[in-house]
Amino acid sequence: MKFERYGRGIAKGMVVTMINLLRPRVVTQYPEQKLTISQRTRGNELVWDKDKCTGCGTCSKTCPQGVIRIETSVGDENKYFVESFEVDTGYCISCGLCVEACPYDALFMGYAYELGRYRRGDLVLTRDEMASEERIRSGYNRPEVAETLPRQTLLIEREGD
Amino acid sequence: MVIPNIAVDAVRHLGAVAPDWPGHPWWHWVVFTLINIVFILVMIIGVIYIERRAIAWFAARTGPNRTGPFGLLQAIADAIKILLKEFITPMNADKIVFWIAPAVVFAPVIMIFAVVPFMNGAMLADLNIGILFVVAISSISTVGVFMAGWSSSNKYSMIGAMRLVASVISYEIPVVLALAGVVLIAGSLSLNDIVLAQQTVPFILVQPLGFFLLFVGGCAEINRSPFDLMEADSELVAGFHTEYSGMKFAMYYLGEYGEAVVMATIISTLFLGGWQWPFLPGWLWLILKIFLVFFTMVWTRATLPRVRIDQLMAVAWKFLFPLALINLLVTALQVLAGWPEDLLWLMGIVNYVLLGVLILLWSRMYKVGWGRIEV
Repeated sequence: MKFERYGRGIAKGMVVTMINLLRPRVVTQYPEQKLTISQRTRGNELVWDKDKCTGCGTCSKTCPQGVIRIETSVGDENKYFVESFEVDTGYCISCGLCVEACPYDALFMGYAYELGRYRRGDLVLTRDEMASEERIRSGYNRPEVAETLPRQTLLIEREGD
Repeated sequence: MVIPNIAVDAVRHLGAVAPDWPGHPWWHWVVFTLINIVFILVMIIGVIYIERRAIAWFAARTGPNRTGPFGLLQAIADAIKILLKEFITPMNADKIVFWIAPAVVFAPVIMIFAVVPFMNGAMLADLNIGILFVVAISSISTVGVFMAGWSSSNKYSMIGAMRLVASVISYEIPVVLALAGVVLIAGSLSLNDIVLAQQTVPFILVQPLGFFLLFVGGCAEINRSPFDLMEADSELVAGFHTEYSGMKFAMYYLGEYGEAVVMATIISTLFLGGWQWPFLPGWLWLILKIFLVFFTMVWTRATLPRVRIDQLMAVAWKFLFPLALINLLVTALQVLAGWPEDLLWLMGIVNYVLLGVLILLWSRMYKVGWGRIEV
C-alpha cells in the first residue's frame, strides 16, 4: 500500500512560501532607489553634436514617424548651417534609426528616461535643447560612448553584499 | 454564577453600585459594547495590514510602506478613498434588499464579540450557550451575502452568492462537530468556562484533529483562500459584491476581514487558551494569538491555489465530515473514560496519533469526483 496525496505537497508548499518570507526583498523603491539602466539604452530624447553635424538631413529622411524637421541654409565656408532642428518626441518611437543612419556620428540617443511632461508642446525638442552639454549620451550604436557609462544593474545593491 | 470582571471590580473601588441591569450595572453593557466595536474595528485595521504586508513578504515584495510609519495607515487611506466614491445602484436591483444587505453582513461580526472573553469574565455577556450563539450568529451574515447576490440582478453576483451558501452550509457541519469536541472536554458551552478549562493545557494539544477541522472549515466558511471561489475574480468578476461600490463595498470589505478576525478569535479562544498564558496581560495574549492564527491563514492563502467547486464540496463531505464524526466519537469515549481529568497527556498523544492515522487513511479513500454523474 503506497501512501501519497496525504498533504505532503501542501506542507512542502508552505515551507517554500516561508522561505520566501525570510528572503530579502527584491523590490526597488523607485523614487529613492534607482537601478542603473543599460549602457545602450534608447531613452526618449536625442542628443545632438552641433560641431559634427553637416546638416545633410539623413536623420530626417530615415525617421519612420517623420518627426525630425531640419532646416538649413548656406553658412560660412560653403557649409550648411542648421537653422532649426526639431524633434517631436511625442511621436518618437525610440527606434534609433536616425542614430544608426547618421553618417557623421553627430546624433545620439539620450540616456534619460524621466522625461514626462504636462503639455504636449513641451515634448518638442529644439536645436539648443538637443545640443546642451547636460544631456548624457547613450551608447546606442556608439560603442565608444558605451564604454564610458556604468554597467547595468538588475538589483539594488544591499548593504553587506 | 457571578464572575468578577474589570468593570465590576472598578465600580467596587469607586464605591458606586448600580445593579439595575441583569447581572451587571447598566454601564457595563455600554462600556463593553463600545469596547467590542472599537476592538473589532482596530483589529480589522491591524488584520488588513498584516494581510497586505505578509502576502507581499511571501512573494518577496515589500507591501504598503508609504502611508504612515511602516505603512500602518494604509487601511485608513483606503477607507478615505473609498468613502469618496459614488454609490451606484443597478437599475433592476431590488433596492431595499440591496441597501440592507451590507449591514446584515457586518452586524453579526460585531455581535459575536459579545461572548468572547478578553480577560477572566471581561466580556459583554457570559452566555451559558456561548458557542451556540457564535455558530448561530455567524450564519446570519450568509443571509446578507445571499441578499446581496440576489438583489444585484447580476449573474456573477448570484453565482457567487450561491457558491458561498453551498460552502457555508457544507462546512458548518464539520466546524460545529469540531467545536463539540472542545465542549465535551470543557463541559460547558460558555467561552469563559472553556478558556478557564485550558488553565493547564491549551486544547490544541488535546484536540489536534478538532483544531485542524476548525481551521480548514473556518477558512472555508469565511471564504479565505484557498476556498475563496465565491469571489474567484477570474470567473466571477468579484462575486456577490460585483455591483457594490463606495461605502457599501467597504462594509463587505470590513465584514470579510471582520469574519476573519472572528474566526481567528474563536480558534484562539477554543484551542490556544484565549487570554491565558503567563507574563503578559490576558487581552494582549488574546490579540497576539488572533494575529498568529490570522498570519497562518495568510500563509495558507499565499501557498495554496484556489480549489474547484466540486473539490470544495468533496473536501467538506468526504474528508472533513467523516473525520469530524470520528473525532467527536473518540472524544466522547475519552471523556466517558475520565481521561480529561486523569490522563490528559495520554489523551493528547492518542489524539495526535489518531490525527496522523486518519489523514493517512483518508488520503487512500478520498477521491474527488467519485460517483459524479457526467452531464
